[in-house]
Amino acid sequence: MASSSATGADHLAHERSKAKFDVEAMKIVWAGSPHEFRVSDRMAHLVASDPSFRRENRAVLSRKELFTKALKKAAHSWKRITELGLSDEEASWLWFYVDELTFAYIHWGMFVPAIKGSGTEEQQNKWLPLATTMRIIGTYAQTELGHGSNVQGIETTATFDPTTDEFIIHSPTLTSSKWWSGGLGKIATHAVVYARVITPDGQDHGVNGFIVQIRSLDDHLPLPGVTVGDIGTKFGSGAFNSVDNGVLRFDHVRIPRNQMLMRVAHVTREGKYVLSNVPRQLLYGTMVYVRKIIVVDSSIALSRAVCIAARYSSVRRQFGSQNREINGIAVETPVIEYKTQQSRLFSLLASAYAFRFIGEWLKSLYTDLTQKLEANDFSTLAEAHACTAGLKSLTTSSAVHGIEECRKLCGGHGYLNSSGLPELYAVFAPSCTYEGDNTVLLLQVARFLMKTISQLPHSDQTHKLSGTIAYMALMDHYLIKYCCSVEKAEDWLKADVILKVFEARAIRMCVTCAQNLAKFADPSEGFSELSPDLVEAAIAHCQLIVVSKFIEKLQQKIEGNGVKQQLETLCHLYALDLIHKYSGDFISTGSLNPKQASLANDQLRALYAEVRPNVIALVDAFNYTDHFLGSILGCYDGNVYPKLYDEAWKDPLNDSVVTDGYPEYIKPLLNQQLLNARL
Amino acid sequence: MEGVDHLAQERSKAQFDVDQMKVIWAGSRHTLEVSDRIARLVASDPVFRKDNRTLLSRKDLFKNTLQKAAHAWKRITELRLSEEEAYWLRHYVDQPAYTDLHWGMFVPAIKGSGTEEQQKKWLPLAYKMQIIGCYAQTELGHGSNVQGLETTATFDPKTDEFVINSPTLTSSKWWPGGLGKAATHAVVYARLITDGQDHGVHGFIVQLRSLDDHLPLPGIIVGDIGMKFGSGAYNSMDNGVLRLDHVRIPREQMLMRVSQVTREGKYVQSNVPRQLLYGTMVYVRQTIVADASSALSRAVCIATRYSVVRRQFGSQDGGLETQVIDYKTQQSRLFPLLASAYAFRFVGEWLKWLYTDVTEKLQANDFLTLPEAHACTAGLKSLTTSATADGIEECRKLCGGHGYLSNSGLPELFAVYVPACTYEGDNIVLLLQVARFLMKTVAQLPSGKKPVGTTTYMGRAQHLIQCRCSAQKAEDWLNPSVILEVFEARAIRMSIACAQDLSKFSNQEEGFAELSSNLAEAAVAHCQLIVVSKFIDKVQQDIPGKGVKKQLEILCNIYALYTIHKHLGDFLSTGSITAKQASLANDQLRSLYSQLRPNAIALVDAFNFTDHYLGSVLGRYDGNVYPSLYAEAWKDPLNESVVPDGYREYVQPLLKNQLRNARL
Repeated sequence: MASSSATGADHLAHERSKAKFDVEAMKIVWAGSPHEFRVSDRMAHLVASDPSFRRENRAVLSRKELFTKALKKAAHSWKRITELGLSDEEASWLWFYVDELTFAYIHWGMFVPAIKGSGTEEQQNKWLPLATTMRIIGTYAQTELGHGSNVQGIETTATFDPTTDEFIIHSPTLTSSKWWSGGLGKIATHAVVYARVITPDGQDHGVNGFIVQIRSLDDHLPLPGVTVGDIGTKFGSGAFNSVDNGVLRFDHVRIPRNQMLMRVAHVTREGKYVLSNVPRQLLYGTMVYVRKIIVVDSSIALSRAVCIAARYSSVRRQFGSQNREINGIAVETPVIEYKTQQSRLFSLLASAYAFRFIGEWLKSLYTDLTQKLEANDFSTLAEAHACTAGLKSLTTSSAVHGIEECRKLCGGHGYLNSSGLPELYAVFAPSCTYEGDNTVLLLQVARFLMKTISQLPHSDQTHKLSGTIAYMALMDHYLIKYCCSVEKAEDWLKADVILKVFEARAIRMCVTCAQNLAKFADPSEGFSELSPDLVEAAIAHCQLIVVSKFIEKLQQKIEGNGVKQQLETLCHLYALDLIHKYSGDFISTGSLNPKQASLANDQLRALYAEVRPNVIALVDAFNYTDHFLGSILGCYDGNVYPKLYDEAWKDPLNDSVVTDGYPEYIKPLLNQQLLNARL
Repeated sequence: MEGVDHLAQERSKAQFDVDQMKVIWAGSRHTLEVSDRIARLVASDPVFRKDNRTLLSRKDLFKNTLQKAAHAWKRITELRLSEEEAYWLRHYVDQPAYTDLHWGMFVPAIKGSGTEEQQKKWLPLAYKMQIIGCYAQTELGHGSNVQGLETTATFDPKTDEFVINSPTLTSSKWWPGGLGKAATHAVVYARLITDGQDHGVHGFIVQLRSLDDHLPLPGIIVGDIGMKFGSGAYNSMDNGVLRLDHVRIPREQMLMRVSQVTREGKYVQSNVPRQLLYGTMVYVRQTIVADASSALSRAVCIATRYSVVRRQFGSQDGGLETQVIDYKTQQSRLFPLLASAYAFRFVGEWLKWLYTDVTEKLQANDFLTLPEAHACTAGLKSLTTSATADGIEECRKLCGGHGYLSNSGLPELFAVYVPACTYEGDNIVLLLQVARFLMKTVAQLPSGKKPVGTTTYMGRAQHLIQCRCSAQKAEDWLNPSVILEVFEARAIRMSIACAQDLSKFSNQEEGFAELSSNLAEAAVAHCQLIVVSKFIDKVQQDIPGKGVKKQLEILCNIYALYTIHKHLGDFLSTGSITAKQASLANDQLRSLYSQLRPNAIALVDAFNFTDHYLGSVLGRYDGNVYPSLYAEAWKDPLNESVVPDGYREYVQPLLKNQLRNARL
């Protein structure tokens, strides 16, 4: 890389030397285990050093070029995976670090799990070997042009024809066109298509999945009766535009009966719809699985943005030169020294760690749930489902907002694509609306909470209050006796105090909602009228979960000099920042008083000062390569300005000194000859 | 399908005179008439088409921008449009271009900082666009802190010239719009050095490119700084980088209205007061506030129309699903943004008046109200741009998945708008300036000095720190004097609390730094009070038109009560209201949403946006969304061929398991 910036000096060395903890040990905590750290680190370097995975300047590519280059990366990824005989774990890290959204993401993330989750053993034996060797490429075709969150509103039909033992897949209306499915537009050969099952008696049995081949394996042309294409460009340049989100219409396409995914229900040769003895609830397991992944993705997306903003905030200087000298020369103050910068940035840093640990906990929840479901124990399903739905909503909303906040924290330069932040934002923004719209999910959580509350008076039910709603057993205590004990700022460092105040607030908001609901004669009318309040109660409950799991994490044994201390600081910071931001909730429910809120704020400021010297090391612990981070502002060595300057000249507009269009559109204007010009 | 209005039923529900509301929104019948005429002129001209902008490569997009700018200027001269009409034409072309900076920054800089003689020389050239100017202030390493700029302008008495130089990499001019590829001239800000002495930052007119062949002049390195957020959006602008290697310019190209350098090299202040320069800042920020209401109203218009079209859940027995606008969760997010769009419109209108007032006073050498006017515009710029950026993105989310498509118009609207939070004064830096002014005002209260303008309420501190909110039932929250007093109490109590905490520090600057987050919150409280009070003032005027005033009252109350709900912690912790009163305010807010619901479409129709200007399939006037979305999809370049480019090289070998032998 011939560049004025290739000097090799670490401009952030002085920041790194300030750290009061063992960064290497923190890397392992962040990764989850020494094993995960080693594997991910090895794969990150493998990807970063492979010129085929070089991060293109995606923003300047046309849609077609962007798409073709993404296909190339996907093919190269798969080639390396097979060549090197990578394990599933290694392969998934490789896809991750290539960091280019393609059809492969949907194939592995949605198509394969859908067959695993909803296919019979026989179906799995047939389709999985094809899919896991990528001899077919699959997509997941659920949402339609007119139908998103409400799966039961889907219009596509699958009508059984007993004369030929086939289903006829059909798109009866314009709004029934499948819409959004990634990989569908140009690449997928197969799709799991969700459609209403109609049996010969004309009865509609609701929505079920079907494996439908959509393109020829010979020439890739759409099969007869299939109309398929891309739905057009999306938010940002680069970003999700490397994915061919697609539109798909069926004109009476016939598929064999055994391509209905029949684990839970099937249609017999005679056309009878039969539920299998596999409980329907099993399907919720897949939903929990997908949402848990999204929570983990939130922590990754947010941590990338925070890493960029933290490093650049240490490089960038502004104002204050009257107070600061280096070698006798007045220099401005690094912006990270400003409290206004700290209060915005450090709370996001704490959130990134909080979401990391909640994601880790959700993994264990999912394992536990799967075991229970397989043993036909459904007792914890509702709680697990509500909890993952709520956490998906909470973490994605916070991460999306946090990424944009990080962009603003970088000042004007954050607006340049080379900062990496615009693309990071554009890629993650849809997470608030896909896989369950965040508001719809919070209402599901609220519904669950209201149900829980309504059953509380029956003391024989309290044993059911396990997991994340166990605290509700203490309702009477919190409604009557509880009083926050904080008297001085340091009291806010007690885990127990923090936990109780979050529990009190959540339960009181829930009870208030329940009481207001009771005033309505028609409960569903009440639910709809009070839904904004219910959403707020659900958020309070979800924030409690995140805080409590962070606290639980700290109660584990944590290796490494000073590591635990740093995590404690971040945990307190996360909790106290929430108390500050949501002080309206806490004060109006009487969970704390204004004086205590003000003490929490004092303590928060003291925590910022503790984080300050450790901040660069805390983002180094994410262990991101410069390749993966993809940001000039966030480069490891902090040598930002020479790199920004070099990068500018690569823009196509700089290909020529005098711009295209000068003779037609600028020269006649300057020479006052426009009136005669043909534009 | 053509010509059917799918929203006709919604429009018929409106309880007010939409045409009268259009006049209110526009500001006057005259403005409505002019803007409407020019909007249609632009919409009907094929050169101004903008529906394929996100598909263009950077080069094509830029060339398209140059074409539109030239065509716009051609039409302006051909049709002999007035200045006002020309402004509206550029507004409706709706594509950031070098002309924005030429007219919006270069010309005003010369007007504001040039002597009469300089104005006579340069303005005619600029007005006829015989030169194209830009405004080169920020540098690679220097943004908000103008005093930190590094570029130097050293006077050479031997030749009577200034030598303009970029001494370091970080001194490279960076960001100026129009600089990269189009501008022939720039107002360059540089440190003035005479005889070894540094006199701080001044403006200089520097020619950058030859007027013959457009090549950069000797000693000048200039180019584009690369792509920015989003596709389309601000990428139509050639934000530039500029380095000057000892470039010489005649002495009279220093902008000398406020200070000058003599032939002998002496630095002399003129008798024109420096404060006049602040007038320009007030002017620029006032236009930014007006832009905020216009950007937010576009997003709200799209989200409102699509929320009426889109249906989800609630189908009984196979009937239609419920329109999403009927969900309270949708209303509680969308309607406050609609109210904010109106609120920002009126505060923008008021700022225009304030600017006129300040200008008159400055010309009469009356600087008494300047600090207050400056603080107030800085704070309102910060408040309205932050709320608008967040609001546009909220509108995108309110459209569900389809809001993520470029053709919803929302991604581009967001990407083009967000820099408003960091340019022309970073929003946090501005709030701290407001806070500094508030702390000074509080400190002077005991001296009996009467606070003026938007700080007049601080003169009633004694009353406001003791008063108790009188709301006892939900309807009490409809009383403007109740609302106003609650906002005043909260703002002054937060300011006074900050002042008291500050006084505990022996070093004031250290205290200000340590408490800056709290100070920023106090500044927000003060600015929200201004917006609420100006909305209330507006509603108390005589407003013609059936039902119009009633709608504005509803919007004003929604804005105020929503702000109370969102910042409840402030109101409760300062004791400005009780928890019970907060709950009543919330009840009232819900009932206001219901009152607004039937009028929602008419209230966004009142913005009078053409489909061309709105640029959104989801926000189409006729609501015929789904067939248009479907038709638009097929226009993507990826759909030019059924089998995509790259299939043979990268997909087929993968499917055939022949990748190992493939050369990728």
